[in-house]
Amino acid sequence: MSRRAIAYLMLLAAGLAAPFFIYPVLVMKVLCFALFACAFNLLLGYTGLLSFGHAAFFGAAAYVAGHAIKVWGLPTELGLLAGTIAAGALGWAVGSLAIRRTGIYFAMVTLALAQMIYFFFLEASFTGGEDGLQGVPRGALLGFIDLSNDLNLYYFVLAIFVFAFWLIYRTIHSPFGQILKAIRENEPRAISLGYDVAKYKLLAFVLSAALAGLAGATKMLVFKFATLTDAHWHLSGEVVLMTILGGMGTVFGPLVGSSVIVVLQNELADKVGSLVTVIMGSIFVICVLLFRRGIVGEIIAFYKRMLGQKA
Amino acid sequence: MADDYILETDALVKEFKGFVAVSDVSLKVRRGHIHALIGPNGAGKTTCFNLLTKFLEPTRGRIRFNGEDITLEAPAQIARRGIVRSFQISAVFPHLTVLENVRIALQRKLGGSFYFWRSDSTLSRLDDRAIELLAEVGLDSYVDMVAVELPYGRKRALEIATTLALDPELMLLDEPTQGMGHEDVDRVMQLIKKVSTRRTILMVEHNMKVVSGISDMITVLARGAVLAEGPYAEVAKNPLVIEAYMGTSEEAAQA
Ligand SMILES: Nc1ncnc2c1ncn2[C@@H]1O[C@H](COP(=O)(O)OP(=O)(O)OP(=O)(O)O)[C@@H](O)[C@H]1O
Ligand SMILES: [Mg+2]
Repeated sequence: MSRRAIAYLMLLAAGLAAPFFIYPVLVMKVLCFALFACAFNLLLGYTGLLSFGHAAFFGAAAYVAGHAIKVWGLPTELGLLAGTIAAGALGWAVGSLAIRRTGIYFAMVTLALAQMIYFFFLEASFTGGEDGLQGVPRGALLGFIDLSNDLNLYYFVLAIFVFAFWLIYRTIHSPFGQILKAIRENEPRAISLGYDVAKYKLLAFVLSAALAGLAGATKMLVFKFATLTDAHWHLSGEVVLMTILGGMGTVFGPLVGSSVIVVLQNELADKVGSLVTVIMGSIFVICVLLFRRGIVGEIIAFYKRMLGQKA
Repeated sequence: MADDYILETDALVKEFKGFVAVSDVSLKVRRGHIHALIGPNGAGKTTCFNLLTKFLEPTRGRIRFNGEDITLEAPAQIARRGIVRSFQISAVFPHLTVLENVRIALQRKLGGSFYFWRSDSTLSRLDDRAIELLAEVGLDSYVDMVAVELPYGRKRALEIATTLALDPELMLLDEPTQGMGHEDVDRVMQLIKKVSTRRTILMVEHNMKVVSGISDMITVLARGAVLAEGPYAEVAKNPLVIEAYMGTSEEAAQA
């Protein structure tokens, strides 16, 4: 078995054992944000597109899934699916408009559209406005596994995460992923080889938005509510931070980055209050100045240097 | 007969906010030729290439490829017709391996480039062809190297291999020997000559040794307009051309 396969199996084992050592809801929160960051990284790290509006997809899916489960009475699985599809559709709409621009203009268009979506959620009645959509029942998986039990829910969330992580891994290492990397590396060259880069970017955007949505819907299920925070631009910024801190364009970077941020926020929230924002800001600055490749990126670079010295 | 020309332009014009970078260029490129586009810095050569491949929108004028009007087509569409360009600044995919660079080009005709659920190991069936192409440009011993680590001359060779992977009918090369040492220049020149069988090449080139050595026809641009046209011996004697080149006129006249 390859080293890589062993590493994945060890991670899986850690994931399976985690709820016996750590409060399951915290681990679930980490998993949801890790999935969010991994979906975001597909766009930033592997296509070279910086979206500054990804919270819109996260939040939209949370609202749609919550509404579908609570008001329409859909089974939990279908509710999550509805949220994911809604986020993908929204991603298609936002992506179609945004990919006509590049660089900072692309980021600005995504931010502007995400703000419009945010104000829609603020005004719309089904979201509960400032109060949010509260009291969404977790329901039962396949109709008989009670998800109000944290441990049951944990393994469901872990399964969702593993599936989505696998899908992202597959996408990165697919014929499609090769073209995405080519676009990231040299877009004019990819065009001159005959690729309609807009179509590739759009598909990447839709995949990323849908998976960000799956993360949002799952988080809603864990906490039984969806609020405006889920769609706020603060969160769009936070996912950028998580991805860059962990190492964009690496498979594990977003996972590490989001774990660090979520755990820190969790630990510090009661102790330092609103200083959390300052601490997060400082971490970001230090990271950008000293560890440009992010935590995982620096480890990989270090490892490669060691190999180089041996050879 | 019009069919003798693979590429024709009709009074092509490009203005940038009033500044005319390309003015009334009517170019005819004969099938099977190595056609050189020369001219002093800022003459509008690269702009011409950008117009022909639609990286820029012409202000006026028409472009015909194999007799068909392609003026309104998108850049990727033009590439799929068989007009493939290189760029003045090196155009590799820097953080992909040499093999992957060529495979990106080969992958297009294989289809399935939207299949995100498939493993990229399905691309390994392109490896043999990719290595063959790399051998053609002398890069077969660099297959697994990351492109960014290649020496400059080898990068340009990689670009040519990638372009050849599409088997283009018309290849546009923007200064393929720029910034190279003597040996590299000779190698790339031989390479261009070799791959020109069965296809047409339009190249921008400053090195007069290359231009005189392998081109069948030369068009001289100056300040956006065509100054002279003809085989090397004829163009090199043209006083207008010598004057336009000034400093380099000696070299042009000697070679
Ligand atoms: N996008 C642009 N906007 C404004 N001016 C431009 C643009 N692109 C090119 N130009 C101008 O058009 C003129 C022709 O430029 P071009 O790059 O085509 O020259 P060139 O013949 O390729 O020169 P070189 O030999 O230096 O490559 C130059 O004066 C340049 O400044
Ligand atoms: Mg030029």
